[in-house]
Amino acid sequence: MHIREEQSERHVLSLTVTNEAGILARIAGLFSARGYNIESLTVADIGTDHQISRITVVTNGPPKVIDQIIAQLDRLVPVHRVVDLTDNGPFVERELALVKVAGTGDDRIEALRIADVFRAKVVDTTIGSFIFEITGPTDKIDSFVALMRQIGLVEVGRTGVVGLVRGGKEA
Amino acid sequence: MAERSGADILVQCLVDLGVDTVFGYPGGAVLPIYDAIYNHPTIKHILVRHEQGATHMAEGYARSTGKPGVVLVTSGPGATNAVTGITDALMDSIPMIVITGQVPTQLIGTDAFQEADTVGITRHCSKHNYLVKDPGRLAPVVHEAFHIATTGRPGPVVIDIPKNVQIATAPYTRPEGFEHQSYRPASAPDAVAIDAAVEMILKADRPILYTGGGVINSGPEAATLLRELAHRTGAPVTSTLMGLGAFPATDPSWLGMLGMHGTYEANLAMNQADLIVCLGARFDDRVTGRLDAFAPHSQKIHVDIDRSSVNKTVAVDLPVIADVGRAMAAIIAGLDARGYTKPDLSEWWARIDGWRAKNSLGYDDGATEIMPQRAIADLYKATLATGKDTIITTEVGQHQMWAAQHFGFDAPNKWLTSGGLGTMGYGFPAAIGAQVANPDSLVICIAGDASIQMNIQELGTATQYRLPVKIFILNNEYMGMVRQWQELTYESRYSNSYSDSLPDFVKLAEAYGWTGIRIEGPQELEAGIRQMIETPGPVLVDCRVAKLSNCFPMIPSGAAHTEMLLDPSQVKGSMSDEAKALV
Repeated sequence: MHIREEQSERHVLSLTVTNEAGILARIAGLFSARGYNIESLTVADIGTDHQISRITVVTNGPPKVIDQIIAQLDRLVPVHRVVDLTDNGPFVERELALVKVAGTGDDRIEALRIADVFRAKVVDTTIGSFIFEITGPTDKIDSFVALMRQIGLVEVGRTGVVGLVRGGKEA
Repeated sequence: MAERSGADILVQCLVDLGVDTVFGYPGGAVLPIYDAIYNHPTIKHILVRHEQGATHMAEGYARSTGKPGVVLVTSGPGATNAVTGITDALMDSIPMIVITGQVPTQLIGTDAFQEADTVGITRHCSKHNYLVKDPGRLAPVVHEAFHIATTGRPGPVVIDIPKNVQIATAPYTRPEGFEHQSYRPASAPDAVAIDAAVEMILKADRPILYTGGGVINSGPEAATLLRELAHRTGAPVTSTLMGLGAFPATDPSWLGMLGMHGTYEANLAMNQADLIVCLGARFDDRVTGRLDAFAPHSQKIHVDIDRSSVNKTVAVDLPVIADVGRAMAAIIAGLDARGYTKPDLSEWWARIDGWRAKNSLGYDDGATEIMPQRAIADLYKATLATGKDTIITTEVGQHQMWAAQHFGFDAPNKWLTSGGLGTMGYGFPAAIGAQVANPDSLVICIAGDASIQMNIQELGTATQYRLPVKIFILNNEYMGMVRQWQELTYESRYSNSYSDSLPDFVKLAEAYGWTGIRIEGPQELEAGIRQMIETPGPVLVDCRVAKLSNCFPMIPSGAAHTEMLLDPSQVKGSMSDEAKALV
């Protein structure tokens, strides 16, 4: 007997939650307890009174599972709202990365040229290295990191995805 | 305003919330609370023998009354011992409040004596939980906890209170009704969905009402509305294990329980129906059998208060997210508004009668051995004859299924069993909890010889509080359901399913001050049951039944409703790996 897997699709979910102790464990634990996937997860306080946080989760699964994930998240007591950005019209999705590259001579010049093409900023430099700051959708950052890997990638830090629906209204 | 200690505030909240009983066990981290309830005029504390017992007692109390059960245990092992009962209550949607002591706030995280991360451990087996670090937060948290435990889909809520918070003081004001920021459970049904449901019922030729524990949780009016809906539509009614009693077993529209050990007529009617109206049930795997063959000809309406139950395993045509009682009332009103009259379903009923004629619950009485089915049937007859309000609890296994099949329930809140989690050790403490809440009722725990030993220590609790609980053990000297699966799947290799070294249950009962009765053969059955019922105080009956009886009918794991095994002659003795891998 072999274990079969179903076709998955990627969804970006945006949650507003009460900013209280344990909320992140509650969300992350729900994913692990029910066997859902997390590609990235970001969380930060977004209110003026520090009462509300936004959590953005990138997940994947068959459509039926995505529906379940939303329903299960919605059931948690401190969760105010769950919006499936992927299913909710056009939306903006961004991620920030810090990319450390070491190299000298031509490699150094090439790194700067590529950074220019990707509109990455230099935020730290030494004679033999740069740290670039780059923002964009996940695939743009993936390609930037892949190019830097050929030049002399030292390490990468990524924030994970945040997103908002396009247009003037709240999702 | 005068300030009060956290422990006093907690106890005042319990009084204000109408709590009359707490099931608990003291320990270091809850001593201040125990001092606050010392000789309390209105809160009765039931001292258990093990914290798991307290949780199941609270479940029994809750399931038999509709009110939340309250548990009080200490930190560390007190809390971890409660975890099984908390999970059980979550799976079966039982309202419960579990108050746990915790080490003082300054010691949290230091591996202090009897420290456990209670909120971490219970986060995913409770409906919600709290760690209260400020006595000023206690009152709002306790009131909110009761609100969450009892509304929407009910469930267990844990409140972890560090010892220094129990001693520190704060002013207390009774919280007024509040609007929760983010917790807004569904209640009233959507009018458009109800219209659509009415439309589907109008068009159905072969409808069936598939009911579950939600009807019980919704309250006694929901059971009344279910009867009305069934009689208006003429539709047959079946139920999950958790929903038994919501519809009277004596009603001609009753098909019996459905699912793995359900009746042939209930499962075939589900398979052949053109409309399934699911009322407060959740298409559990015990009910559906093989999913791709489940009810292939039907449209499905799913009424559930919990949106996450909808489309979880079975895709439905019409979800109605609402309290099931309110949804049924709206459907009945909708039928009335359309001038609906009961349709002619005689063709459908003729087919159902054909399935009924199989008599799938039939069994042959033994001459020398008591058939377990007979023991349950006789117990049912005897309790009917008493005319007393009877509450039945069970442990988990063959005896549980036989009880579900052969004991008839006519009212809600009279059948307490662990359905979702399937917790051996549930039934006896649940009976104690039910007896505490219903002192004049006849409360009987139907048990197996293996299950009863999982919380046997609670014999002492019943003795201490003079609770006249009855335990009726179907003793076949096996973990019968495990053995049955080994016969079905592993060519009868009985790996560890024999109950060796059983105690003398009669002597054990007597050691705790109970009356012990042994029933050895068919000729002793009736008198033994009568003696159990007529003997005042707690009674344990060791009823020796046929050792190798199995529970039929049965849908084996991975099979469809149409592939029921009706009797042992259909058992092949082995299974494919795909079927073996299912639970």
